[in-house]
Amino acid sequence: MESSTTQPASLPPKAFQLIPDDLETPPLTLGQLAWRRFRRHRMAIFGAILMILIVLYTFGGMLIFSEADANFVETGVRLQPPSLEHPFGTDTIGRDILVRTIYGGQISILIGLTAMVVELFIGVTIGALTGYFGGKLDSILMRLTEAVLVIPQIFLLLVMAKYFSQSIPNIQLLGRTFSGSVLVIIVVIGVTTWPYLARIVRAQFLSVKENDFILAARATGTSTYEIIFRHILPNSIAPIIVSATLSVAAAITLEAYISFLGLGVRPPTATWGNMLEGAYNYVESAWWLWFFPGMLIALTVLGINFLGDGLRDALDPHSRTT
Amino acid sequence: MTRYIIRRLLQAFPLLFIISLVLFILMNNMGDPLATMGGRRVTRKEDRIRLARQLGLDKPVMIQYVYWLAGNDWTKTDMDGDGVAETPGVRKGVLRGDWGISLVNRKLVTEVIGERLPNTLLLMVTAEVVVLVSALLIGIYSALHQYSLVDNTITAITFIMYSMPVFFFALLTMYIFAVNFKKWGLPYLPTVGMFEPEAGQTFSQVVWHMVLPTATLSFGYIAGYSRYIRSTMLEAMGQDYIRTAKAKGLPRRQIVYLHALKNAALPIVTIIALDLPFLLGGAIVTERIFGWPGTGRLFLDHVSRSDTPVVMGILMMIAVAVIVFQIIADVAYAWLDPRIRYK
Amino acid sequence: MKPELLLEVKNLQTRFHIAEGTVHAVNGISFSLKFGETIAVVGESGCGKSVTMMSVLRLIPIPPGEIAAGQAFYLGRDLLQASEAEMEHIRGKEIAMVFQDPMTSLNPVLTIGRQLSETLQVHLGMDKQQAHQRAIELLDMVGIPDAARQLKDYPHQFSGGMRQRVMIAMALACEPSLLIADEPTTALDVTIQAQIIELVQHLREKLNMTVIWITHDLGVVAEIAERVIVMYAGFIVEEALVDDLYEEPRHPYTEALLAALPRIERRRDQRLRSIPGAPPNLLVAPKGCPFVPRCEYVIDRCLLEMPPLVQVGRDHRSACWVDLTTGKPR
Repeated sequence: MESSTTQPASLPPKAFQLIPDDLETPPLTLGQLAWRRFRRHRMAIFGAILMILIVLYTFGGMLIFSEADANFVETGVRLQPPSLEHPFGTDTIGRDILVRTIYGGQISILIGLTAMVVELFIGVTIGALTGYFGGKLDSILMRLTEAVLVIPQIFLLLVMAKYFSQSIPNIQLLGRTFSGSVLVIIVVIGVTTWPYLARIVRAQFLSVKENDFILAARATGTSTYEIIFRHILPNSIAPIIVSATLSVAAAITLEAYISFLGLGVRPPTATWGNMLEGAYNYVESAWWLWFFPGMLIALTVLGINFLGDGLRDALDPHSRTT
Repeated sequence: MTRYIIRRLLQAFPLLFIISLVLFILMNNMGDPLATMGGRRVTRKEDRIRLARQLGLDKPVMIQYVYWLAGNDWTKTDMDGDGVAETPGVRKGVLRGDWGISLVNRKLVTEVIGERLPNTLLLMVTAEVVVLVSALLIGIYSALHQYSLVDNTITAITFIMYSMPVFFFALLTMYIFAVNFKKWGLPYLPTVGMFEPEAGQTFSQVVWHMVLPTATLSFGYIAGYSRYIRSTMLEAMGQDYIRTAKAKGLPRRQIVYLHALKNAALPIVTIIALDLPFLLGGAIVTERIFGWPGTGRLFLDHVSRSDTPVVMGILMMIAVAVIVFQIIADVAYAWLDPRIRYK
Repeated sequence: MKPELLLEVKNLQTRFHIAEGTVHAVNGISFSLKFGETIAVVGESGCGKSVTMMSVLRLIPIPPGEIAAGQAFYLGRDLLQASEAEMEHIRGKEIAMVFQDPMTSLNPVLTIGRQLSETLQVHLGMDKQQAHQRAIELLDMVGIPDAARQLKDYPHQFSGGMRQRVMIAMALACEPSLLIADEPTTALDVTIQAQIIELVQHLREKLNMTVIWITHDLGVVAEIAERVIVMYAGFIVEEALVDDLYEEPRHPYTEALLAALPRIERRRDQRLRSIPGAPPNLLVAPKGCPFVPRCEYVIDRCLLEMPPLVQVGRDHRSACWVDLTTGKPR
């Protein structure tokens, strides 16, 4: 098998062409890479499934039970433990808890999402402005941000909730009646949580701003508006998405806390949080009063946190995770 | 360094002014403290007006703020309702240390808060110690046994703990350890207050009563901190200087607890310092559920009764603590990290 | 094991199991080291030279790493079978290692004095006073002025060259028999590099040490080594005394490396010769000679079988199917 020449052999079979570039996988889009990493993160999948189930439960439940069912008072059967008829039991005035968790869940989740939008709006705006322009604007707005951050959130929430607590009218929307306090709570939560997001956005802007492609955009005369919204923002989107996701969980939890303390959403609207108000008086006698709403809150927050963690892994591989 | 600290403190003043102003304005629109002042009876109109005048609540908000801040002993108020200001005020204002009088029970604000503060501090300090010790142990263990079954279990559990709302944990533990233990004839934990009234405020009473509230306060922080420590330890253990330490044949314990931990613990110091002042407000929800007589519950009670002086007192106390601890955190970090200390 | 051998490595194989597959980092390395020798291990980044030495000292992180096969006899004992406790006694005391980047290799939050003393305290049982004294001597030995005061300083307060001297002092603290230097000068300026090389040579004589010097710089090799081992893709491809290697390389890789060195006597308009292609992807299990895609002398056999390391001269071994002196297959 000796070759009698010293010339290189004819082209070796492909398997031996160990040129590294060939062995790498074909290029994937950013979205595909993110999806792959996301899939690998089993907890995130679990979180996503959990969230889907909960959303199905709360919003799908509308198709089976009506709102009247949720508010149907039947004092004869008050404080019944879970049974076939009332799988989650009944509350202090005889309303079915299962149905109330369905409708309460809708409000809680809605509050979470909407408060997140408010927070997003304010936080991104302020973060972008301070991060991009710096200078005087930065100083003033950062002082404002710090000022809000200095007071613990719950305290601030309670003060603001009390501030708005003078008689609030009910709202009619989509054929259903909501207590105006829902809007109040949404605004209050949004207004007290934006600093966290603003700080993140500002940090992102500060770092992305230094990149050469921003310099290039400016040199070619791109307007400030375009630079912010077309160049910097899309590159900062990852931590914003993660933060926004996690803040939905935070908002739901916060609403639960202040409703639990009696300063949150008012009747007639039910939320998971206000279902717990006063339930703790019945710890011994009626565990189902607090267990089911509490459990649902815990599961929802858990699901969102798992999801958020997975998103963080998928979108921002450089961030520090466990 | 001293100059830096002084500068930070000076910067804090405008911040505190703004905060106090905004909060004061909010507080003053929050409802009527006079409504409940007569106890359970609704206050009569004449009394209302008289009380309002006496307490200075009939003045515009800005004036009230100025009185709160700087007192009113340099001006005269109209006490007898004849439209003529003749009585000199007695308040010195916050700037001179006079925090005013509670609108609810007419006691000095400093007294009111001072009664409750030690209870909260007791709970907080204990909780913080528990948190630190547990988080360090769990975090280091997880880092050293990365991806093992125990580590994965711990990760899952900490996630769940981290996500669980405080009241759910509280109610759950209450239900299991207090209610059900009692039912099952096991020694059970008390759930209300600091001590049983009959037994008095003894050491063991307080300790038993502290168990559930402390656990409730700690679990969330333990979950969060241990994850963080795990990640900083993992990062430290992956550094080149650990490779050197191993190549020097140093025993494992020395490598982990001296070489790695000293590096990993640096950022945690900052986080702890920043979290501490927030504990000062008392965890409102925890104190409410367990009936713990601390500043958190105090805040709740007095907010719902629109008692501005007390509420402002608590809020400003926390604000000052937060700012002070922020400075402490920065200084501590700079002092602990030799790269900063010895430029 | 022959009495004049300090270290004898046989068929060492180390792999890393990562998400994308298994990296075959070291594929059957065998070499030996006599007392008092200084050898250089040369090769490109990723050829396995560091991993080999780390494997011998059992410093490879075990998941994902795996020492799949082999033996490493140090004074008659197989290090690869020793317990962790036994290894702890050997590391730092009998076999010491100096790493490439002195900035990251020193612990930033501990003083130099502390990092020096701890080896002395752990291995030689010295107390704080004694260790402190000895640390001062060590710093003097490596040429750091004002040693007593510097002991209280932290790594970031030193310059790169000084830090590397400290690393060397740390390594030599317990007077090891074997010093493994893993590219100690790569991260340093050329002038500092010369100083460090000189220092090591001086200390080698003074302490009668055996030295393994890992590098990718052929210039350094010429200065310090007596014998050279050339590695490629986890294999040893050539081994020779330093003069023999430079004068008469017997492996296409070595030949190409030497040809790539810029030479003063070349004409200015001659192009620099580089080796075409790139090092192989170690995720693929080796079959045939890994140098094939870049080799000028490839014959059919090269594709099928990895050539064994065979004697091609006195103290000269090479792993190639082709005899470079004749150009014909062996």
